[in-house]
Amino acid sequence: MKITREDVLHVAELAHLELTESEVETYRRQLDSILTYVEKLNELDTVQVEPMAQVLASADPAENISLREDVPRVCEVTREVLSGAPDPSPPYFRVPKVIER
Amino acid sequence: MATQQIRGVAPDLLERYEPVIGLEVHAQLKTASKIFCACSTRFGDPPNTNVCPVCLGLPGTLPVLNRRALELAIRASLALHCNVQESSRFARKNYFYPDLPKGYQISMYELPLATGGWLEIEFNGARPDKTGTSKRIGITRLHLEEDAAKAMHEGFPDSDRNSYIDYNRCGVPLIEIVSEPDLRSPAEAYAYLTTLKQVLEYTEVSDCNMEEGSLRCDANVSVRRRGAEKFGTKTEVKNLNSFRYLQHALEYEIERHIGVLESGGQIEQETRLWNLGAGRTEPMRSKEYAHDYRYFPEPDLLPVRVSAAWKAEIERAMPELPGAKRARFIHDYGITPYDAGVLADTRALADYFEAVVRAGAPAKTAANWIQTELLRRLKDAGKEISESPVAPAALADLLKLVESGQITAASGKKVFAKMFETGQPAQAIIAAEGVSQISDAGEIERLCREVIAANPDNVAKYRAGNEGVFKFFVGQVIRATRGQANPQLVNDTLKRLLG
Repeated sequence: MKITREDVLHVAELAHLELTESEVETYRRQLDSILTYVEKLNELDTVQVEPMAQVLASADPAENISLREDVPRVCEVTREVLSGAPDPSPPYFRVPKVIER
Repeated sequence: MATQQIRGVAPDLLERYEPVIGLEVHAQLKTASKIFCACSTRFGDPPNTNVCPVCLGLPGTLPVLNRRALELAIRASLALHCNVQESSRFARKNYFYPDLPKGYQISMYELPLATGGWLEIEFNGARPDKTGTSKRIGITRLHLEEDAAKAMHEGFPDSDRNSYIDYNRCGVPLIEIVSEPDLRSPAEAYAYLTTLKQVLEYTEVSDCNMEEGSLRCDANVSVRRRGAEKFGTKTEVKNLNSFRYLQHALEYEIERHIGVLESGGQIEQETRLWNLGAGRTEPMRSKEYAHDYRYFPEPDLLPVRVSAAWKAEIERAMPELPGAKRARFIHDYGITPYDAGVLADTRALADYFEAVVRAGAPAKTAANWIQTELLRRLKDAGKEISESPVAPAALADLLKLVESGQITAASGKKVFAKMFETGQPAQAIIAAEGVSQISDAGEIERLCREVIAANPDNVAKYRAGNEGVFKFFVGQVIRATRGQANPQLVNDTLKRLLG
């Protein structure tokens, strides 16, 4: 077992989540089982392997093939996106105040 | 090094405690579009009009880095003598707050764009401790990141329950510039921020408009016993968004640290906010600021590669920096360091000065007239140098007339006032108003008195009734002005003085 009850509460706090007692235990068990599974990777010796963050990292080291030019373009999505927001107050998005706990 | 005075802190305490300050400065890059999408960066547009699925963090979108943003960040790095890394990497800084719709900010962490630079701050003769005129401040790192949205917590009917979010600013490109803890007083921090701002403006990396939030500053502050090697516990002070706040907040915080230590207490490492209204720093609520960002490499962006060729190209296109320009002005034009500092304050003013000199005006005269006449009138009129009604060549023409003695400095100033008012050239004003004749009463009186003082014999003759001698006096004064004096005025003045 890797994940403690405190770990779950800490992560929940960072994410501004309020969990019930039973949820804490549920997530603790689920996270623990995921991490235990991923832990299998530690059985491999990776000392000589350079960490890789992106699969395309070495595609073309000399050129930034993936840059865009600085040209602004209007994207008229505001109305549509706002209509999909849970509590819009056009032209603003409205959210509950981040509560001090 | 002598102790620098700090307002609010007793000098005997400052002899025992040394403040240590490092600044983190965020500057908005001068791009037309955001860092990872094509939305406009324009300030002041209606809320939520410059948004798209990428900067709103909708699922399935991918960021693409703006070439111009990267180029400007490299330019800033080079101007600050940093090593631009051949390869750097974006990272995700995770935190949950509605100003960040993705749930993370794309920033750089363990592999920043540039490291290890410096910035020389100059004190322009005004350094508080009067020691030396410059100091080199280390730059730890410079990296690229995206700005967050603007969250409004006040001013709406339901502001007690809700916050309103405008995502126009979300995804605007920023550079963060982190200094070494090399600053030793609020005055040095002020000089550093001023100089940094000037470099970023000169290089056109950022417009550094503090009111619009395109230049923001946080400070790390600690104090230690003088002579101690180890730094004291530091606090981070946020919300220092004007030069004045920066100084006030640092003064307050230094005084607070010393006070806590003197009374036997300990400084708690924390983040504090400058409360402008109360004039003090206050701790941020710790829950609001949990320091656990769980950085990890951004998988949606490739590593940033900066080739030597590109770096060289950006270096070649680099404009002359403020320090180099000041040094050149002092050396080439023989003007004082103070004058050079004023004239090189902005590129526009420096260019104006040089254009006046190129058009034939003597450099020192140009420097004086620009500082006294032009800048004063621009300030009164609320105009920028770029809006000056008097073009550099027109000012040069006027200064040549003054220099060659064709008009006096006093009448030159009057002509300049007319030029500023009407935009007409000096010659036209002089032709129209006859000011090429010296009609400055004070100047003529001065010359008359000289002539009278130099010729006591003729004065005696005139006063004895020899009216013919009067012509002699008039001739002398006219000659002294190389024929420029207004004869009627000379007549009247001499009559009065010889009485």
